[in-house]
Amino acid sequence: MATSSRLDAKIPQGQLESKWSKYRSSVPLVNPANKRNLEIIVVGTGLAGASAAATLAELGYKVKAFCFQDSPRRAHSIAAQGGINAAKNYQNDGDSVYRLFYDTIKGGDYRSREANVHRLAEVSGNIIDQCVAAGVPFAREYGGLLSNRSFGGTQVQRTFYAAGQTGQQLLLGAYSGLQRQVGMGTVKMYNRHEMLDVVNIDGKCRGIIARNLITGEIERHGGHAVLLCTGGYGNVFYLSTNAMGSNVTAAWKAHKRGAFFGNPCFTQIHPTCIPVSGEHQSKLTLMSESLRNDGRIWVPKKQNDNRPGNEIPEAERDYYLERRYPAFGNLVPRDIASRAAKERCDAGFGVGTSKLAVYLDFAAAVERYGRGEANKNNIHNASDADIITWGKAVVKEKYGNLFDMYKQITGEDPYEVPMRIYPAVHYTMGGLWVDYNLMTTVPGLYSLGEANFSDHGANRLGASALMQGLADGYFVIPYTIGNYLASEIRTGKISTDHEAFVKAEAEVKDRIDTLLRIQGKTSPELFHRRLGKIMWEKCGMARNAQGLKEAIEEIRQLRRDFWSDVKVMGTANYFNPELDKANRVADFIELGELMCIDALDRNESCGGHFREEYQTEEGEAMRDDENYMYVSAWEHKGLENWELHKEELVYENIKIAQRSYK
Amino acid sequence: MRLSLKVWRQSNKDAAGGFEEYKLDHVSPDMSFLEMFDVLNEQLVVEGKEPVSFDHDCREGICGACSMYINGRPHGPLRGVTTCQLHMRSFNDGDTIVVEPWRAQAFPVIKDLVVDRDAFDRVISAGGFVSVNTGNAQDANALPIAKEAADDAFAAAACIGCGACVAACKNASAMLFVSAKISQLALLPQGQAERSIRAEKMVAQMDAEGFGACTNTGACSAECPKEISLENIARMNREYIGAKFSSSAV
Repeated sequence: MATSSRLDAKIPQGQLESKWSKYRSSVPLVNPANKRNLEIIVVGTGLAGASAAATLAELGYKVKAFCFQDSPRRAHSIAAQGGINAAKNYQNDGDSVYRLFYDTIKGGDYRSREANVHRLAEVSGNIIDQCVAAGVPFAREYGGLLSNRSFGGTQVQRTFYAAGQTGQQLLLGAYSGLQRQVGMGTVKMYNRHEMLDVVNIDGKCRGIIARNLITGEIERHGGHAVLLCTGGYGNVFYLSTNAMGSNVTAAWKAHKRGAFFGNPCFTQIHPTCIPVSGEHQSKLTLMSESLRNDGRIWVPKKQNDNRPGNEIPEAERDYYLERRYPAFGNLVPRDIASRAAKERCDAGFGVGTSKLAVYLDFAAAVERYGRGEANKNNIHNASDADIITWGKAVVKEKYGNLFDMYKQITGEDPYEVPMRIYPAVHYTMGGLWVDYNLMTTVPGLYSLGEANFSDHGANRLGASALMQGLADGYFVIPYTIGNYLASEIRTGKISTDHEAFVKAEAEVKDRIDTLLRIQGKTSPELFHRRLGKIMWEKCGMARNAQGLKEAIEEIRQLRRDFWSDVKVMGTANYFNPELDKANRVADFIELGELMCIDALDRNESCGGHFREEYQTEEGEAMRDDENYMYVSAWEHKGLENWELHKEELVYENIKIAQRSYK
Repeated sequence: MRLSLKVWRQSNKDAAGGFEEYKLDHVSPDMSFLEMFDVLNEQLVVEGKEPVSFDHDCREGICGACSMYINGRPHGPLRGVTTCQLHMRSFNDGDTIVVEPWRAQAFPVIKDLVVDRDAFDRVISAGGFVSVNTGNAQDANALPIAKEAADDAFAAAACIGCGACVAACKNASAMLFVSAKISQLALLPQGQAERSIRAEKMVAQMDAEGFGACTNTGACSAECPKEISLENIARMNREYIGAKFSSSAV
């Protein structure tokens, strides 16, 4: 297999350990006077977007930042719970840059790029330093130093956290840096604006078309580079842990304007989410992976056991992760934990009314922590009741907000009864294809954070999304963008009167008019639900060729139905969330088709992509390295028409092995 | 459950608004309050009426977007719970529920239940940060911070910026929001260098936005979905007075 001539990852030559440091020392620079004349558009203000916008403004570039929410502080990075990884080795437990790099490649089931992942591991420590300097209140030990915990797929403690609200604290840190620049006038912030197209002139990205969501006005914005930091597309499944507004529209428009889409079928199903309670469900809520540090996952040993979890004796419980994977136990990677839960439920061992749930139990942790507290306070004859009270207090300090949230949603108290959990769509490893510079196949158009495909292969390890978002924004793009902008200093201001802007704007308006004119019978919401059902059943946790072929046909039909029967209320010239939704659903439908095509192309199982035809006798994913060790980069050629380009993955520093967590 | 809803409808910032009444017949107690609104909106679309606009995003109680004033209380009847985490099991069959937007001069209505909270962003821009450029940081563990200080700073930093404090306050004061950020950074060593100027500038911006004054009623903290403590306001007052004694800037 050879890499397509259309793809050049631009990986620097030399030893893996020195690629990034050499690159940084040799990348072209832009002098401060020229930076002031170069405009950068940042779309999305989550961890990647906010950190990039703030840092680029600090460097002296003129930045315009856009978010569809009412404030950059609401981007969905805020909902990340458990933590952020960094190879600090503060716990002295043998961690290193190489181990973080190795764990990430292995966790991703050998489908990510070595050079990008090593760079991520290299800058991970700087991220923690930067966040602490900016006032992020991470959890600390009594001695005043930072505290760590473990996440799935690792055997060291390298995860930094702020209770179960790490994403919130990191985003507010990045947001405060961004608002500082807004106050100084170096970033112009556009809240409640949605990007509806990118504009290319002479083969280079030169700006965007955005809709002011309050007035409905369509605006043209020019820039020398455009950064899409617009997050993942998990909402293609309708039900996911993503925020309601999370969407693929910006990335999809870029794709239709020439940016290749990488590994669209790589979706992460997170094992510990609150189960679906009924038809009305609008979204799913994650229970952080950090809970697997202390919670034990089990199902009854007997099928269809209807006794409440508390009343099932220890001997009749099957701690199936500890049984199947003794080396990693409850901390196996997410894809493995999710499939194991599905396997037990499909076999009839599920719990709760829907039988689509397993238990996550803290009783053992409560007792262990309670005894620890007793020892710490030199109490040697504590009663069982006291031990449980103290243990619950420790658990509350670690996970209090998650336990409260569980209680709010389910009406059950997880301090008293085991939690019920089930896998749900959480993250998308796939995204816009980018090279080492984070540039897409369109010059001047970049993609950062979850929106790109680059670092997590076929499965992301816990606490690595926050790391990647901030790495891309704080420490990668500020260097790599110079590589491109150094040659743009003679370009001058980008005029939005160019015919490419006029044409793109007209197309955006035309599409909005079409959506409003159809006046069919079905709301955008219902189309979204239908799409989600197809995707979850046929392109979800397990896929097979037959189902994927059916799904492709069903999605094509759904698209035709959408464009003849959608009903969008209201008009285009004021605040109209129904119209926004219709726009997004239309793009999700097209993406869904591509995801199924990609899943059908990949005749192997790897990470989160589990093709039922390709599994070992024990039900583990079976990779085909000989034929599929590549990144799928899809080029949009027209309606229902894509061309596959392959980027061969070369592993020079890691020995490829069957992934084992046993 | 069967419910009656009285919902504030207002087509834009300048239009006169009013209550509309709606009936819902099949509400499940397991629905969240916003899912109940989803059902209402689906029903309105079927009837050819425009759905009710409301802000929402994460639906996990952390983004701070949702902002409904339910039966006279921001985020409804439960303590420490956002609208999106409020479930219908907190209501009874046959209830009439009144839903309004946040009401404050500094939060103009955009449409229906959606208000403009940009004022909060501007207050943060005035000083709610540590002036440290990317790349300047020392090793994170070179700066030990007592656990108590870190925990207190975290408790203040848990604010989600929803604006319930303003909506709850009879004076539409933003003191709880502003004080939470001032406290977080005043409690941490990283925030010391700009401690005085931060308090002065953020308070000045808060006043410029048209938020009211604090009269120590405490409704803000009582209604805060993240239960941000009133102690933060006391700390902010100390910070502000201290800053004014030595002020040369503002």
